[in-house]
Amino acid sequence: MRNIYMTDELEEIRHQVETFVEREVVPNGDQWEEDGLIPRELLEKMGSLGMFSLRVPEARGGLGMGEIASVVFAEALATSTFAGFEITALVHTDLAMPHLLRSGTPEQHDRVLPAVMLGETIMALAITEPDAGSDVAGIRTSAVKDGDGYRLNGSKLYITNGVYGDLVVVAARTDPSERYGLSMFLVESDREGFAVSKKLDKHGWRSSDTAELTFTDCWIPQENLLGTEHRGFYEIMKNFQNERLILGAMAVGAAQKGIELALQWTQQRAAFGGTLYDKQTIRHRLAMHQAHVDAGRAALYHAAWLAENGVDATKEVSAMKAFTGEMVNDVLYDCLQFHGGMGYMRESPIERMVRDARILSIGGGATEVMLEEVAKRSML
Amino acid sequence: MKIAVCVKQIPDPATPYQLDPTTHWVIRPPDQVMDDTDRYGVEVALQLKEASEGEVVLVSMGPAGNMQGIRQALAMGADKAVIIDDAELKGSGALSTAKVLAAAIKREGADLVIAGTESSDGYTGVVPQQISELLDVPALTFARKFEKTETGIRIERQTQSGYDVVECGLPALISVTAGVVEPRYPTFKGIMQAKQKPVDQLTVSDLGLDGDSVGGSGSGQDITEVSPVPSRQAGQVIEDDGEGHLRIVELLEQAKVV
Ligand SMILES: Cc1cc2nc3c(=O)[nH]c(=O)nc-3n(C[C@H](O)[C@H](O)[C@H](O)COP(=O)(O)OP(=O)(O)OC[C@H]3O[C@@H](n4cnc5c(N)ncnc54)[C@H](O)[C@@H]3O)c2cc1C
Ligand SMILES: Cc1cc2nc3c(=O)[nH]c(=O)nc-3n(C[C@H](O)[C@H](O)[C@H](O)COP(=O)(O)OP(=O)(O)OC[C@H]3O[C@@H](n4cnc5c(N)ncnc54)[C@H](O)[C@@H]3O)c2cc1C
Repeated sequence: MRNIYMTDELEEIRHQVETFVEREVVPNGDQWEEDGLIPRELLEKMGSLGMFSLRVPEARGGLGMGEIASVVFAEALATSTFAGFEITALVHTDLAMPHLLRSGTPEQHDRVLPAVMLGETIMALAITEPDAGSDVAGIRTSAVKDGDGYRLNGSKLYITNGVYGDLVVVAARTDPSERYGLSMFLVESDREGFAVSKKLDKHGWRSSDTAELTFTDCWIPQENLLGTEHRGFYEIMKNFQNERLILGAMAVGAAQKGIELALQWTQQRAAFGGTLYDKQTIRHRLAMHQAHVDAGRAALYHAAWLAENGVDATKEVSAMKAFTGEMVNDVLYDCLQFHGGMGYMRESPIERMVRDARILSIGGGATEVMLEEVAKRSML
Repeated sequence: MKIAVCVKQIPDPATPYQLDPTTHWVIRPPDQVMDDTDRYGVEVALQLKEASEGEVVLVSMGPAGNMQGIRQALAMGADKAVIIDDAELKGSGALSTAKVLAAAIKREGADLVIAGTESSDGYTGVVPQQISELLDVPALTFARKFEKTETGIRIERQTQSGYDVVECGLPALISVTAGVVEPRYPTFKGIMQAKQKPVDQLTVSDLGLDGDSVGGSGSGQDITEVSPVPSRQAGQVIEDDGEGHLRIVELLEQAKVV
């Protein structure tokens, strides 16, 4: 499965992650789906192996790698079939941590990075609110200057790692007079005024914890301001590129795994004097889905390579996110179809994968929002 | 203490093996992985190194390919590797392999040699003992527990009914059974560092061996025929009418297992 963007080291990282997932995640995933949480011991094990340090600069004890490494990591995690597990790790490493790495001061890095890299501190990213999803500038949660810090009020919705996480990157309005006047804050989950108001019950990603968070006069010291005051909106937009690459990688990985499961099933399922795979309609539809997965993967690695090389790849990343988010749902729909009744049973991985994939065309930039990003940049 | 670990690169077990129809040799792709069995040997070596001081050298014979399997063992924490790859080794059986590995180990001057009990592709299970014979050092086989003593090494040797405690001075060889330790996963740092670690690639003549004494001609064996394992017969189903257990005991007695 080599491509021109891979190196021997990345190939080995992929191999190690797949081995780890097969041994440590696959046998336990069903239990975690039931519990609605990924055990901290597992996350700490991943941390101690360096799985959370790919993007951390070498000077800080990380591997100093770029977007391609994140994509390889996410795609390899997806071989687990448990996207709830994948997103728990990836929100930590690739949604929340980039804010800390990009905007954090040396003091903030000294303070939190070691435990973050080891998985002892798990991070979350809180942008979405009941009244602000796709339209990030609609954020109402406010942070008002108060003494040597800020006072936070408002609520956040659908926050991954929000229930069991320890350190949340929160977007809040600091300049009410300016539509884009947001700032980012590091908020420890044990701070007074921070509350998990609801643990949300979901269609998929059931082993991932998702929260509604409420801030009530929650005081944050000045040293927890992340980056420049009032510049948070732009930071969010920058980091969205990485987030979308990751979601694209999850989609490509899940679709590939779905095809693999469908191949296994249809090639052994006896029907009409042969196997299901002997039916041309099944062979060809799976083959066309494979073509779509290959196309998605090519777009994914190309976009990651552009981003890693400092090119503004908003158009390519958005197009890829739109394509892969829809593609994975189309592919898995048929993969379930070809499993017949078994595909409808809770015991089959494909049933869970279909539920898990649904979010990939909604979260981190819905397909319509992504298409708008492409269309805006395609005007002559 | 310098520890040499025998590590074999094998075709990825996840992809089906192919045999050459005329020579019956395994067709080896350039991408080969570390034999899973040898992960235990590497782990034991690393634990012994961590408990005292020392160096862990990997020794391997076979087509080097892109050395993925070797790098996997280096990523776990071994210090360096020696790989012997030479066209003259084509067709090597167990004895040829042992001769080559023994010569490489001698060249390294190892105090302790660690090998798997049997490989997962060839599984003759004789290479370790042959190496010990060629090096003229004691072989402590089927080790399930191990510790460094003042002057040597002590192991628990797995037997059919329990275990023996066996002890000897150095140099020595131990063969380890799969499952005795929990092999560590390489850290991502380890993976990145593996490529920088020294790997000596040697030929038969580098080891001062005569080409005729190794390879196909030095093996003293010929593979005359290869046939698939017969598929298993369907088992016997015993319906339990309340007396089923008696019937099962009877069958077990007939099979002389109880
Ligand atoms: C399981 C889960 C986990 C999540 N994790 C996090 C998290 O960790 N942190 C976080 O901040 N957020 C998180 N989210 C929130 C997620 O990013 C938002 O749900 C997403 O951005 C969409 O926002 P919304 O739900 O408010 O939908 P809305 O913005 O209300 O959009 C609803 C629908 O309208 C359509 N639409 C939206 N905008 C346009 C447009 N411009 N043109 C045409 N059609 C449009 C789309 O089809 C969209 O799906 C999570 C969501 C879920 C479900
Ligand atoms: C050029 C070349 C071509 C070869 N072609 C073939 C082929 O076509 N078919 C084939 O089956 N084999 C081939 N070999 C490999 C060689 O024949 C086997 O290694 C040998 O038969 C050992 O047998 P085994 O695996 O049953 O060892 P076992 O005795 O079962 O192995 C026990 C332990 O000994 C060690 N060990 C065994 N072999 C090696 C090794 N090569 N390097 C390092 N440690 C080792 C390992 O620690 C292993 O766990 C080739 C080797 C070379 C150099």
